[in-house]
Amino acid sequence: MTRHRSDAVAPLLLVEDLHTRFELERGVVQAVSGSSFTVDRGQTLGIVGESGSGKSVTVRSILRLIRPPGRIAAGRVLLDGVDLLALGEREMTAVRGRQISMVFQEPSAALNPVLTVGEQIAEVLIAHLKLGKREARERAVAHLRAVGIPAPERRYGDYPHRLSGGMQQRCMIAIALACDPRLLIADEPTTSLDVTIQAQILTLLAALVREKDAGLIFITHDIGVIAQIAERIMVMYAGKIAELGTTEQVIDDPRHPYTVELLKSLPGLSTERGVRLEEIAGEVPDLADPPAGCRFHPRCPRAFDPCRSREPPLTVIDGGRRAACWLHEGPGA
Amino acid sequence: MAGRSGSEHGSAAGVAGAAAAGRRAFGVLTAAGKRMQAAEWLGFLVLLAYLLMTLIPGALATHDPIEQDIINRLAFPSAEHWFGTDELGRDLFSRCIHGARTSIRTAAIAVLFSMVVGATGGLFSGYVGGRLDELLARANDILVSFPGIIIAMALIAVTGRNPIALALVIGLVNTPAIFRVTRAVALQVRVLPYVDAARSAGASNLYIMFRSVLPNCTTEVFIQALLIATRAIITESSLSFLGLGIPPPAPSWGAMLNTGRSYLQRMVWYGVIPGLFLMGLILALQFVSRYLRRAASRT
Repeated sequence: MTRHRSDAVAPLLLVEDLHTRFELERGVVQAVSGSSFTVDRGQTLGIVGESGSGKSVTVRSILRLIRPPGRIAAGRVLLDGVDLLALGEREMTAVRGRQISMVFQEPSAALNPVLTVGEQIAEVLIAHLKLGKREARERAVAHLRAVGIPAPERRYGDYPHRLSGGMQQRCMIAIALACDPRLLIADEPTTSLDVTIQAQILTLLAALVREKDAGLIFITHDIGVIAQIAERIMVMYAGKIAELGTTEQVIDDPRHPYTVELLKSLPGLSTERGVRLEEIAGEVPDLADPPAGCRFHPRCPRAFDPCRSREPPLTVIDGGRRAACWLHEGPGA
Repeated sequence: MAGRSGSEHGSAAGVAGAAAAGRRAFGVLTAAGKRMQAAEWLGFLVLLAYLLMTLIPGALATHDPIEQDIINRLAFPSAEHWFGTDELGRDLFSRCIHGARTSIRTAAIAVLFSMVVGATGGLFSGYVGGRLDELLARANDILVSFPGIIIAMALIAVTGRNPIALALVIGLVNTPAIFRVTRAVALQVRVLPYVDAARSAGASNLYIMFRSVLPNCTTEVFIQALLIATRAIITESSLSFLGLGIPPPAPSWGAMLNTGRSYLQRMVWYGVIPGLFLMGLILALQFVSRYLRRAASRT
């Protein structure tokens, strides 16, 4: 695979009609139903949604980290034109960590407790770039330095439990970026960290991605965090994309009632004291038995007739932004 | 870090995994704050004595353990023969000392065999799952459902009385213990976030098994290994007692107990002292493994 194809318009990552389901005893859970989106080089896509909205399953499907009883039932995942879902397991192993890598939510759980952090970086380098031990070690130290870890030569030999949460997450990022991947996936990377550390990690991620011209997919349930880092935002609800557009479009002028509710539930600087934050009534639907019609309609304040019987398609509204809501499309159209 | 072995980046994940496993085992042994009880201290000291008997029996024994002196057969204890002599005039003290090597060598081979086979099987069974797990778990059930000594006797009838074959057979009947703990840990660890993280970084399944999962089994495997060592020593003695163990003239405590039985009325020590040697080693192992269990449970 060449790094840049001649037709520069092709997106770095193209996900098309992705379906991932879990075949459980109580029924088939449609965790992701028909997601399509793209990520360009040097661009950050933020994915927001409540727990169980299919954010994590979507990105795990890209890396093919879905374990039985889950499986990717349909769709295409093209990385620079190569369909990852068609690769053999061995080829996929070569893609993971080299072309696409991932940073996880809890660094303390995502680092191997029995290896030093330096070894964990060095082993990725040895596996993918076929470096010798000495060179891998030097490069690993350089990577630790690049993610802002003080005294990296000494930290190389530290086991993960000796580092703070923020330092651990920096190490995870160093591992993920060790082989200069084209796409980095960050699954709630700051959720388990202090607010001040959160900001540092966000800044670090954004800077590293910009510097390396890689794509970044950033998952969070906190729409406030995403606005700081993402150029585009994808809002997911119950395994489907509700709205997809630029950050300005989605934050300043949300068109899907779910996005509106999500933003209302968020405290902002302008929120006055004593003003109650609104919660979204109801619960996330059971994906083994999703509601008929629009999946959000039981909780939607603006639901009307067609919402109850027919699923709204994800259609372009304006300026390239898409939303799946009957409010923006005549039911007869 | 200076002074650390540079072996951890070995391309063979198994070797590297074992290195990490070793470091962890050492961590358990030296775990701070685990006050050793008197019996446990004694256990370590006695075990050390047995290890010396195993490594340098010649320096401790007073006679050649298989040298016969028919004129002096069944002699009472004396300055020359501390525990007397047996029915062929061999020095009993020296035979008891050399018996340690027989026991411990058998146990070591048995433990090594059950660790390699049991841990590998348990890792694959727990990590890969599915049909392979079914197959290995059933094979394990079959092995567990028969008393170990019966299987060992049957296999020895086939292989003949060969010390190495004996040790391997004892290892085999003890494999299920290691298999089970390794499989259980593999089942727990395979769903942990850092296994996913390793996969997302491009780690192969073999790498994950030997580098991510195996080192987490070390403590449990280590404790099981000591219990297996105890059982192996008892099994070897039992089989030798029954005449199915170590072939003569090599000294074995079990075989000595059997012969000593015939002379219980004339010289009671012949049938008792080898038993005391056996008991000392087993108790020492028990106390040491008790200490390790305590240490591991609080790390």
